[in-house]
Amino acid sequence: MSESKVSNKSNVKRQTQLGEVWTRLKKNKLAMTGVLIIIIMAIIAIFADFIAPYDYAEQNLSSSLQFPSKSHIFGTDEFGRDIFSRLIFGSRISLAVGFIAVGIAVIIGGILGSVAGFYGGVIDNFIMRCMDVLLSIPPILLSIAILAALGPGLMNLMIATGISAIPGYARIVRASVLSIKEQEFVEAARAVGSTDIRIIIKHIIPNCLAPLMVQATLGMASAILTAAGLSFIGLGIQPPTPEWGAMLSGGRGFIRDYPYITFFPGLAIAMTIFGLNVLGDGLRDALDPKLKN
Amino acid sequence: MIKYILRRLLFFIPVILGVIFIVFTLLHITPGDPAKIILGQGATPESVQALRQEMGLNKPFLVQFFIYLRDLIIHQDIGISYVTKMPVMVSILGCLPYTFKLALASIFVGIIFGIPTGIISAVKQYSIFDNVTMVLALIGLSMPVFWLGLLLIILFSVQLGWLPASGFDSFKSMILPSLALGSQSVAMFARMTRSSMLEIIRQDYIRTIRAKGQKEIVITIMHTLRNSLIPIITIVGVQFGTLLGGALLTESVFSIPGIGRLMVDSIKTRDYPVVQGGVLIIAIFVCIVNLIVDIIYGFVDPRIKSQYV
Repeated sequence: MSESKVSNKSNVKRQTQLGEVWTRLKKNKLAMTGVLIIIIMAIIAIFADFIAPYDYAEQNLSSSLQFPSKSHIFGTDEFGRDIFSRLIFGSRISLAVGFIAVGIAVIIGGILGSVAGFYGGVIDNFIMRCMDVLLSIPPILLSIAILAALGPGLMNLMIATGISAIPGYARIVRASVLSIKEQEFVEAARAVGSTDIRIIIKHIIPNCLAPLMVQATLGMASAILTAAGLSFIGLGIQPPTPEWGAMLSGGRGFIRDYPYITFFPGLAIAMTIFGLNVLGDGLRDALDPKLKN
Repeated sequence: MIKYILRRLLFFIPVILGVIFIVFTLLHITPGDPAKIILGQGATPESVQALRQEMGLNKPFLVQFFIYLRDLIIHQDIGISYVTKMPVMVSILGCLPYTFKLALASIFVGIIFGIPTGIISAVKQYSIFDNVTMVLALIGLSMPVFWLGLLLIILFSVQLGWLPASGFDSFKSMILPSLALGSQSVAMFARMTRSSMLEIIRQDYIRTIRAKGQKEIVITIMHTLRNSLIPIITIVGVQFGTLLGGALLTESVFSIPGIGRLMVDSIKTRDYPVVQGGVLIIAIFVCIVNLIVDIIYGFVDPRIKSQYV
């Protein structure tokens, strides 16, 4: 009975905190633009089957390389495929890559960071030195090395992008854990006999969520960018899957006469990244207690 | 100061060893028998076995790693290309100058455009200049470097015909790639300079200097900027690593024969030793840059220096 009372209380508290953050975020016009872009992208990705006027793989050589027109608003590529439809289906790939890569990085990085911060000493030193090593390889290069070992493909692309992002999350979680674990409520939890794992999961992780959320939003942007870059150089997703980076790369041979083939996929990438970046920035400001007033 | 540098150097060694270990492990788990790939389709099992023996591929993993490490340190040998049968190091050293020139030129673009923009934005906070440049910076951060590169080619090479679309030998041919790769740095440096300066601008000692009647320009450059330098130097250092990674894509767009281009070509021919060699060499350079940044901290920030006197 007393336990449910406590948890009810903490729920109320958390909601108001979230509400407070949301109120502050709403005042930031740029961040709201980001929210809007991301919502639109998500809707497009979910309802791609209904929005796209053509199938993404449908080839029609008689209408290849057509400039944007009423029937093909973004034009067609060298196989006569409708670029607009391909972009719409491509949003699924990019968002999936962003989500899953960040998911991998958050889970593994979060575990490593909380263990390092919580236990300190030799374990901390070992984990963080390993992270230093990973950090010293530029993410896109590390992804390339991993992809070369695993082979190209969507799943491997997500894994490679995810692994190369781990150190950033580990560092952030570790830093939060270090400051949180000294607080009295952790001591109290230990005094009533909570196990280490319970303390980490129930008390420490919920308190690291704010910086993690900011990093995850910005991290999704860089994961999508890295994945598009890898597909651009032919290491990521293989044709005919409509990935934005790969589409851009496919249009390179035609930039002299048909520049729109490279223009639209790049615009789609840039808009998504822009949306995530401004939202991440806005979240950071909204969560920053120094800027509260 | 020497103590500080020595300490940094000691930290540097395990990181480099870790990087070499990761790259070696990844190369090791890459599918395909190197001996078979080198000898080609028609090789007899005996000759494959003989080459495996000669290359030490039958030895345990850790032994192979130490042989790799020994060859790397003593002979600067990081394997043989499957395709050209040449030492990987030779091809990489041939490409390195291009990648370096590109990264340095882009950092330069970033510094000369980014830092002054950040300074003006901070001094004139919330002015039109500040708002416009910060939105532009966000847009700059969101543009994929390969897309921006292609757009620049479309505009300046194809439409206007002012600048060449490929190569990296003349000054003219360096402009577009450096702008494409440097644009993100411009945005990054401008944002970092602005936010770092804004923290300092509000400090009491800046108000004191102003109260004493010091000229605004002196306050900005000698006091505010000087004290904001640590985060700016950090981001310049971090950015150098990112740029070496981004150089990969830029080189591919502008057909620059640098390491990135070499690696991309090698990926297509499955020439994995070259790919991993490229990763290794760039990672080592990133570590060296980090080391240099750490040492610069010591010179810029007397608090760090004083810890080691």
